[in-house]
Amino acid sequence: MNQPIIELKGVTKSFGPVNVLKGVDFKAYEGKVTALVGDNGAGKSTLIKGLAGVQPYDGGQVLFGGEPVHLHHPKDAAKHGIEVVYQDLALCDNLDIVQNMFLGREETRVGTFEEGRMEVEAAAALQTLSVKTVKSLRQKVASLSGGQRQTVAIARAVVKQAKVVILDEPTAALGVAQTAQVLSLVRRLADHGVAVIIISHNLQDVFKVADDISVLYLGSMTARIATADTNPNDVVGYITGTKTMEVAS
Amino acid sequence: MSADIDNPVAAEAARHSNAESLLGKGMEGGVGDHFRAYVSRVKGGEMGALPAIGGLIVLFIIFAVAHDAFLSERNMANLLTQAAPLVMLGMALVFVLLLGEIDLSAGVTFGVTMAVFVRLTQPDGLSWPVAMLIALGLGAFIGAFIGFFVARVGIPSFVVTLGMFLGLQGVLLIIIGDAGAYRLIPEPVKALQNANLPVVGGWIMLVVVLALLVAVALWDRRRRAAAGAPNPPVSIMIAKLAGIAIVGCAGVYFLSQDRGTATLAIAGVPIVVPMVLGLAMVGTFLLDRTRYGRYLYAIGANKEAARRAGINVTMVKWTAFVICSSTAVLAGVFYVSRVGSADAGMGREIVLSGVAAAVVGGVSLFGGRGRLVHAVIGALVIATIENGLGLLGLPAGATLAVSGGVLILAATVDALARRRSAGGS
Repeated sequence: MNQPIIELKGVTKSFGPVNVLKGVDFKAYEGKVTALVGDNGAGKSTLIKGLAGVQPYDGGQVLFGGEPVHLHHPKDAAKHGIEVVYQDLALCDNLDIVQNMFLGREETRVGTFEEGRMEVEAAAALQTLSVKTVKSLRQKVASLSGGQRQTVAIARAVVKQAKVVILDEPTAALGVAQTAQVLSLVRRLADHGVAVIIISHNLQDVFKVADDISVLYLGSMTARIATADTNPNDVVGYITGTKTMEVAS
Repeated sequence: MSADIDNPVAAEAARHSNAESLLGKGMEGGVGDHFRAYVSRVKGGEMGALPAIGGLIVLFIIFAVAHDAFLSERNMANLLTQAAPLVMLGMALVFVLLLGEIDLSAGVTFGVTMAVFVRLTQPDGLSWPVAMLIALGLGAFIGAFIGFFVARVGIPSFVVTLGMFLGLQGVLLIIIGDAGAYRLIPEPVKALQNANLPVVGGWIMLVVVLALLVAVALWDRRRRAAAGAPNPPVSIMIAKLAGIAIVGCAGVYFLSQDRGTATLAIAGVPIVVPMVLGLAMVGTFLLDRTRYGRYLYAIGANKEAARRAGINVTMVKWTAFVICSSTAVLAGVFYVSRVGSADAGMGREIVLSGVAAAVVGGVSLFGGRGRLVHAVIGALVIATIENGLGLLGLPAGATLAVSGGVLILAATVDALARRRSAGGS
């Protein structure tokens, strides 16, 4: 369990003259929820886009299960079982739950859809997440509530047995009850052995669900700490840069 | 209890029944459940072709009351051939409308390709199948050209195709030249819109279509069962197929009656009907059951989501324009077959009727919603208005005005349905 499934070593990324990531180290473990926090512009999104293969890093090393890997394309990330659930929920309103969960990786035989198989697998994925609030798998996503949509987006990541799931602000647009629902979903995801990386501005949520907290400040990792060993005040200090800690490696 | 868990089959069964009790797959339940689900979908704004079907029925009643000849066998057969180019054009446009794009040049595309076809098949010219292949190739090329600028360069399709609309009109004028018009020579192409299947052929067509529908439905059920997914009640399948069979039988029977003059007997289903049906079935199969079709819908609803899901958005868009233009060529074939000549104004006006047909039938201009059958029904609505008002001796101006009103009405229904389905959550 000491071997992180994802480890970043000194990754850098710059856009023109702006150094967004200045040699960041980061680790995520199977079965753990790792929170990535930081102020706007700290480089959270850039860090995630590198992991997703959408925007490759300029320098540094990415280790997956201890092996160096190159993530230059979303397909590279998908190949390693890295799935990203984006903030603005990449769902299509006109498609139903099953169609959304399998978008881009539909099960086909002789070029035509295996609708039945996809339905069964979608049901199984929602089952592992203990989702019970969905009336029918064949309802259009347009008719779902915000929490249900987030659930579908997360289940989409699970349906292909992802090893690493990255959630970008999963609770930003949700009400209190739905937030609780999604957070418990995140917890269950980790309990199934998935390494979960969650980006959030909401420290209350972070403390509720995360095992570890990593703090980015202006492109550098300024703190990495177990949730149990810290408190929201300290984390706010790290985020705003008024407080620093020696990052143990 | 431990015995149950030790037995893997029982455990699996228990897990399975548990899964079903928690999560509806949307297919189980009785006829009543499915009917209620359908009603709630319609109430939620997914009306599909219902408004257009309702409109078509109302139009039929109005015209049947207003003019004796409207429901005559001859006029109904005439209506079908009249509608054929519009139906094809509407179906062509569905492929780009689903993406939230438009092709204003689809009409002049068929104009140009048909001008080429008709000129190539003048006496001493090429054989008609070769000329037809050239016309189709030219249509595909025009589509690829448009698709390049829309999908690769990123220019709004409205602008690109408006440019093509103007440019191709010029090309059409040049091809037709001073002659003003060229007569269509090849008999087989003329026959498309002017000949009928033998009476028995109409029945064979119906049987083939029904057999295909039954085969696909049974194939679906077998695949679902093999995957362990529930099937909807078999009675629903039978009811749907029976409905289609009844309408089909009535139509074929009606068209099998003699509608000729005292000296010349005419009977049978017009040849365009099986052609349009066949193409509609192939296209529907593509849209409903293949990745390509699914991706058209996905891109139309949320381009970014499609891109993140690994879909090659550029390629799908590009090819959609190729399909649209190529299908538009077929609309042109039906058009010249009916008119009997190629002239310099071909396709200029019909394209807007084609867009209207798709929208009236329930295809959304905003992308992501619509089916080929919607374009078919919408085209029948527009054609019925033209046909009926023509019978009543109203001037062409009245036809245009009414068609325009119907279009705005349909677009209003579309916008309201969108608002309802968006605000329904």
